Amino acid sequence: MLRYIARRILIMIPTLLITSALIFTVMQLPPSDYFETYVAEMAAQGEKADMSRVEFLKKEYGFDKPLIERYFLWVTGFVQGDFGYSFEYEMPVSDVVGERLALTVLVSFCTILMTWVIAFPIGIYSATHQYSWGDYGLTFIGLIGIAVPHFLLALIFMYFANVWFGLSIGGLMDPVYFNQPMSWAKAQSILAHLWIPVLIIGAGGTGSMVRAIRANLLDELQKQYYITAKAKGLPPGKALVKYPLRMSLNFFVSHIGDVLPSIVSGSELTAVVLSLQTTGPLLLRALQSQDMYLAGSFLLFLSCLTVVGVLISDILLGFLDPRIRLQGGRTK
Amino acid sequence: MAPTTPSDVLRIEDLRISFEMHGHLNEVVKGVSLRVPAGRTVALVGESGSGKTVISQAIMGLLPRNGVITQGRILFSDPIKDGKTLDIAQLPADGTKMRKLRGGRIGMIFQEPMSSLSPVHTVGSQIEEALQLHRPHPRKEARAVTEKMLGLVGFRDPSRSYDRYSFELSGGLRQRAMLAMALICHPALLIADEPTTALDVTIQAQVLKLMKELQRDIGMAILLITHDLGVVANMADEVVVVYRGELMEAGTVDDIFRRPSHPYLKALLKASPDFDMKEGERLVALREVAPVVPTRKKPSYEGNSAPLLSVRHLRKTYGSKSGGSVLAVDDVSFDIGRGECLGLVGESGSGKTTVGNMIMRARKADAGEIVFHGEKAPVDVLGLDSHTLKAFRPHMQMIFQDPVSSLSPRMTVLDIIREPMIIQGKGDAATQKQRAVELMHAVGLDPRFLNRYPHSFSGGQRQRIGIARALALDPDLIICDEPVSALDVSVQAQILNLLKDLQASLGLTYLFVSHNLAVVHYMAERIAVMARGRIVEIGPRQELFRNPAHPYTRCLLKAVPLPDLDRRLDFDVAMAGGTASDPASWPAEFRDVEGGSLRMIDLGNGHSVLAAERCTAHDIAVHRGHHAAQ
Repeated sequence: MLRYIARRILIMIPTLLITSALIFTVMQLPPSDYFETYVAEMAAQGEKADMSRVEFLKKEYGFDKPLIERYFLWVTGFVQGDFGYSFEYEMPVSDVVGERLALTVLVSFCTILMTWVIAFPIGIYSATHQYSWGDYGLTFIGLIGIAVPHFLLALIFMYFANVWFGLSIGGLMDPVYFNQPMSWAKAQSILAHLWIPVLIIGAGGTGSMVRAIRANLLDELQKQYYITAKAKGLPPGKALVKYPLRMSLNFFVSHIGDVLPSIVSGSELTAVVLSLQTTGPLLLRALQSQDMYLAGSFLLFLSCLTVVGVLISDILLGFLDPRIRLQGGRTK
Repeated sequence: MAPTTPSDVLRIEDLRISFEMHGHLNEVVKGVSLRVPAGRTVALVGESGSGKTVISQAIMGLLPRNGVITQGRILFSDPIKDGKTLDIAQLPADGTKMRKLRGGRIGMIFQEPMSSLSPVHTVGSQIEEALQLHRPHPRKEARAVTEKMLGLVGFRDPSRSYDRYSFELSGGLRQRAMLAMALICHPALLIADEPTTALDVTIQAQVLKLMKELQRDIGMAILLITHDLGVVANMADEVVVVYRGELMEAGTVDDIFRRPSHPYLKALLKASPDFDMKEGERLVALREVAPVVPTRKKPSYEGNSAPLLSVRHLRKTYGSKSGGSVLAVDDVSFDIGRGECLGLVGESGSGKTTVGNMIMRARKADAGEIVFHGEKAPVDVLGLDSHTLKAFRPHMQMIFQDPVSSLSPRMTVLDIIREPMIIQGKGDAATQKQRAVELMHAVGLDPRFLNRYPHSFSGGQRQRIGIARALALDPDLIICDEPVSALDVSVQAQILNLLKDLQASLGLTYLFVSHNLAVVHYMAERIAVMARGRIVEIGPRQELFRNPAHPYTRCLLKAVPLPDLDRRLDFDVAMAGGTASDPASWPAEFRDVEGGSLRMIDLGNGHSVLAAERCTAHDIAVHRGHHAAQ
């Protein structure tokens, strides 16, 4: 098991190197860069850009140096915790992302928790009562959850909250708390606003999670070992939890790998519609304005989380499933 | 029906079971009555679809959700609660009473030892669970009881085996673990649903012996569900034959085998191949299908005495990243003559399928040489590049074991049979279709079925489609990899007869890979026996069966249960020396002791055996005589 983990960690290094190179290349692909866009924008507004500042920034961030060198400067900086400088916000990237990251993690964490808490019982019910009215009804609701885009759901929620209750449900806190240090009142405000985005972002995830749990469990319910368990005299509920459910967890655990990055990236469009102070809208804006260090560092950060997430789920799978632990690496 | 006595553990009276499908009931068990006396073995015999498994599920209260008992009683009288009788048919399936019976008083083992155990729990914990459910023990004691049970079913190191997982065990050991689980509460009745069908003959003999011993020790009754009459003859005291949900015949094993009265039973006895069949004798299938076998000009063999295929020093190693490697095929050499059927016999894991795959170039050989002597110049099969290999493909085709997974469910039968012709660019669509119609006739299927999909066919019909596909390119050599091991006895007879007819009329050559000695005996003129990746003995069929020279071959022959009461298995002899394929159990003449190497020793008549280099044919003969005298 230790060797397995060590090997998995070693594989992460080349994976991340290749990803970072790809991100950097994509960032460099557009014919213009942030400064040209900035100068052009200024010119369009009839103002003159501060060329000396542009020249200074270009020099400071090595835009005069060859691509390869800039890439290595960026990557080594990233490793040391220097994520670069956001030209648009004129702040270090870490300061721009700061509070938003914490809020994003909070929203996403609650969403994931809700997804699991709701999806598990429903999935188990649907699988054990296959083709019953309950199963059909829950499947129908789940499919609606999957089919309706989040941002549309957000718009609908906002509309009806306003028309029926006269509430503005956008944002993650009352506007008076923006850029305020954390306080008890602010925390309360956040909690009061939290449930709507959690519900909206979680809807689709819950629906697909229910489908997946149902499908996996149905497969396992057909297996002979479940009949063996019942033939031993185990009560049906106990047999279900100990054998087929345990086996269907494999899928669930491998899903954790996808969950980590989504904790940070949030649901971009929904966040824009609901004007949530998460990182989603920030990434969108950074990509639009070619704020390359902000966007690049953000993407690389997401890649790191993906790789770590996959690592965690693989290790968990190893603990959960002895076949992976004991047979791993055997060739066919 | 035999008279019921108070000592019957189980009595089934006029049982009817239906399955609900799309709103209406479909009766699958139609008034079956049977009894299982205490401490005895009753065999429930029938083909797949005869309802025998459904009966066992009803006894266990484990019918699928859409199954209902519409009539009849299932009376279970527990000998330890003298005389108290429960009607299982009336008990709620998941109620406390039924759950106490299940696993506690009635144990069950299943056909598939691979999937019957959970792969993520240790073997010991799964066995112990059954114990704790019915006879709670303190933890330490429970483990001790479980380990004792593991020892009883033949695990060599019970305390270590407790912590192992099912995928770390061989099929035979898994079935032993299942037995331990079913018997740890000392039930009054054991239901064994095809317990040895998925096992190799030598392992089958061991498991059957174990069941007999445990029956003697624990004193339970056994309801043995099987389609194998050989197993029945060796195990059962009484026999019940069912066909399509109806009871055909019931009686003592003596009555059934010596005086079969029902035509179905007589037909079943004739359909299974055994070692006594004379040269040219045909199996009689229950439902004969008459194929219109085409004739073609047999390839002219004159002036070409070379064998069709020569395999020399073939070798294959499977490696694993976590260190260590398995020598799957080790220095295998043989020839297949033109128009001959060579049988390749061995237990699972002996490397016989790998040999077939390497000849087909489906797997890469590590070393060795395969030469195909066609009508033109000899072809070095392993040396072909992708281009020449494609051109060579039509000469060799393959028939697979699993008729379900070897046909794509998304292609019609016509597409399946045409595919090889399309790949090889043989003819246009019209001639390909015409050829497909011809092939359907040849394998005894109605050409009107060409537009159907595989799922609408039975296992035997699917296997015919697989055969038609193999014939599509007019091959010279067909590798049959366990072509009948997934089929029922009666269907098996049909397919074997079809293969024989096709061989005769088309001048085909077969490499027939199988673990079933009786089937190989029926099909092959020459037989090669494989163990641990090596051919240990090869020779003409009669020679090999009459004078087996290698200890492994002898073990194999002795372990086959025959449907004949006068020649029951001698379990003790069959078991001698533990695992028969383990070279450590062979006499020194057949092992490579002290670095000495092994070679094939010619015993005359094309019969050779693998033995130590220093041995001569005379030594082997002496050894054999010595053994025969014992």
